[in-house]
Amino acid sequence: MAFEEENIQDYLKKIPPQQMGRLGVIGLGVIVAIAFLASSFYSVAADSVGVVLRFGEYVRTTQPGLHMKMPFGIEKAIKVPVTRILSQEFGFRTGRPGVRTVRSREALLDESLMLTGDLNVVVVDWIVQYKVKDPRAFLFNVQNVEETIRDASETAMRQVVGNRSVDGVLTIERIEVAEDVAQNTQEILDAYGSGIQVVTVKLQDVTPPDPVKPAFNSVNEAKQEKEQLINEAMKEYNTAVPKASGDAERTIKEAEGYAIGRVNRAEGDASRFLSLWRQYTLAQDVTRRRIYMETMAEILPKVKRKYIVDEEEKGILRLLPLGEAAGGDQRSPKGEGGER
Amino acid sequence: MKNVKLIAVGVVVLVALLLVTGTFYTVLEVEQVVITQFGKPVRVVEEPGLHVKMPFIQRATSFEKRILEWDGRATQIPTKDKKFIWVDTYARWRITDPLKFLQSVRDESGAQARLDNVIDATVRDFLTEQLLIEVVRNSNRTLVQAEGEGIEREEVKVEIQVGREKLTREILNKASELTPQYGIELVDVRVKRINYVQSVREKVFSRMIAERDRIAEQYRSEGQGERSKILGDMEKNLLQITSEAYKTAQEIRGEADARSTKTYADAYRRDPEFYSFLKALESYPEAIGEETWLFLTTDSDFFKYLKSSSGR
Repeated sequence: MAFEEENIQDYLKKIPPQQMGRLGVIGLGVIVAIAFLASSFYSVAADSVGVVLRFGEYVRTTQPGLHMKMPFGIEKAIKVPVTRILSQEFGFRTGRPGVRTVRSREALLDESLMLTGDLNVVVVDWIVQYKVKDPRAFLFNVQNVEETIRDASETAMRQVVGNRSVDGVLTIERIEVAEDVAQNTQEILDAYGSGIQVVTVKLQDVTPPDPVKPAFNSVNEAKQEKEQLINEAMKEYNTAVPKASGDAERTIKEAEGYAIGRVNRAEGDASRFLSLWRQYTLAQDVTRRRIYMETMAEILPKVKRKYIVDEEEKGILRLLPLGEAAGGDQRSPKGEGGER
Repeated sequence: MKNVKLIAVGVVVLVALLLVTGTFYTVLEVEQVVITQFGKPVRVVEEPGLHVKMPFIQRATSFEKRILEWDGRATQIPTKDKKFIWVDTYARWRITDPLKFLQSVRDESGAQARLDNVIDATVRDFLTEQLLIEVVRNSNRTLVQAEGEGIEREEVKVEIQVGREKLTREILNKASELTPQYGIELVDVRVKRINYVQSVREKVFSRMIAERDRIAEQYRSEGQGERSKILGDMEKNLLQITSEAYKTAQEIRGEADARSTKTYADAYRRDPEFYSFLKALESYPEAIGEETWLFLTTDSDFFKYLKSSSGR
């Protein structure tokens, strides 16, 4: 609005020069005062410390809280986390939501592929966790501490793995490897005065390279096959042998049973004979006859064809109807009783 | 007139400002500064803080005081035993003589290029003289064999003379001799990565696969062997058990037979004639049956009374 512009211009024109000057000075003063205050205060988070430089020279370290410093950049406060645990990943990256992984699989494999002491190849993924133990050293001694930690850790891992067999790294030496790598990394970082404390090194996936994996798996399978074969054989053994022992027991028991029966029967028969004989000795003749007669009385009724002939008669055989008998066999009086 | 005064004041203020900014300079904790006068170096300032110099005439050029990075590109190097490997080294260095540094390489990128030459050459010289195993291993400790198999390969059985650690220290020492002329101190040189070249890698993989297959085969045949042994033991034990049982049983039976025979004999021996009489009569009923044809004379004890009451 031209009308309002004019008004402001008129207004400004109306202000006498001294007052203009004074207004300007006051305005400037206010701005300076604000800037002064803003650059005099700083706060340090609970997990950090503040390192204060004056004209670039270190003057003091401050603890968490609100502090004052010289304004207008004369003193600068750099905040360094000292209790927070930071980590570096090797061979893999934990995906963060919304952040696309920049690293390619090739690059990740470069980090994790390495040679073992038996000149084989293994793939190792690991994490290094660390924190700042000396904020001044961390800030002033080494440029790009993060990259230095990575270089040192990769070097240490390869050195440690390079002294072990692939079997060891894959299986029983994992804990040792992690401990040794932590120690070696710390030594290197201390040699540079990096002010970093390695908290822990943790191995993640440790595997043989992909082309070789099936062969490694088949070794495990073969081991299991071996176990299975042995177990099956043991099972067979443990079934058959006790059974055989049982059968053996039974055989012996049967023999013992037979033995007892045989001996008892013999003693029984002998005893019966002896009793009879004792009676016999008391009246021999009579007993003999008795037994003889009893037996004949038992046999003779059964026999169908009896021929009682006078002993003087010799020619009787020709007259007998022997042909009627079964099959005409004349040699001996063989009937069913003759067979046993 | 007022305008001229204003301009004059402005000029004075400007000149004052220039004087101030040209005289004072800061040296940070991480910096070292070389003061040059018309291009000629005058002094080196290492103490951090606020300093003064002559304005306009003297220039302050700052250099890093910290340990700096160097990361070489991976290069292919053949070892003494003709294994081609990718070697990726890194180094750490610092500017110890900023004057010399300024005069020789001028700045950090110049230094990087110079370090490329020095370090790559030294690494190559040393590694081509060594067997691969010397570059990989650090000590002669025995390697763990989880599969119970001894490593048969010659290249691995060799005992190392130098080892990785010593090698890198030697490389560092050699390369450090060449850097002071650039005002540079080499703090460290290390082998970050070693890997087989693609063609060698494939051969190594084939070898690893063959090794594993052999171990798997061994397990399988061990399993077969154990199984045969167990089953063989089983057969043997079974035979032993059954045959011993048979033997014992037969012994028992035999002894029983002997005893019973003796019992019979002891009894029958008392009167063998009576015994055979009894035995014969006992067996007649079985021998003589329905169909038997009996021819008897009146002479027998049984029928003799048929002839006469006196049996004569």
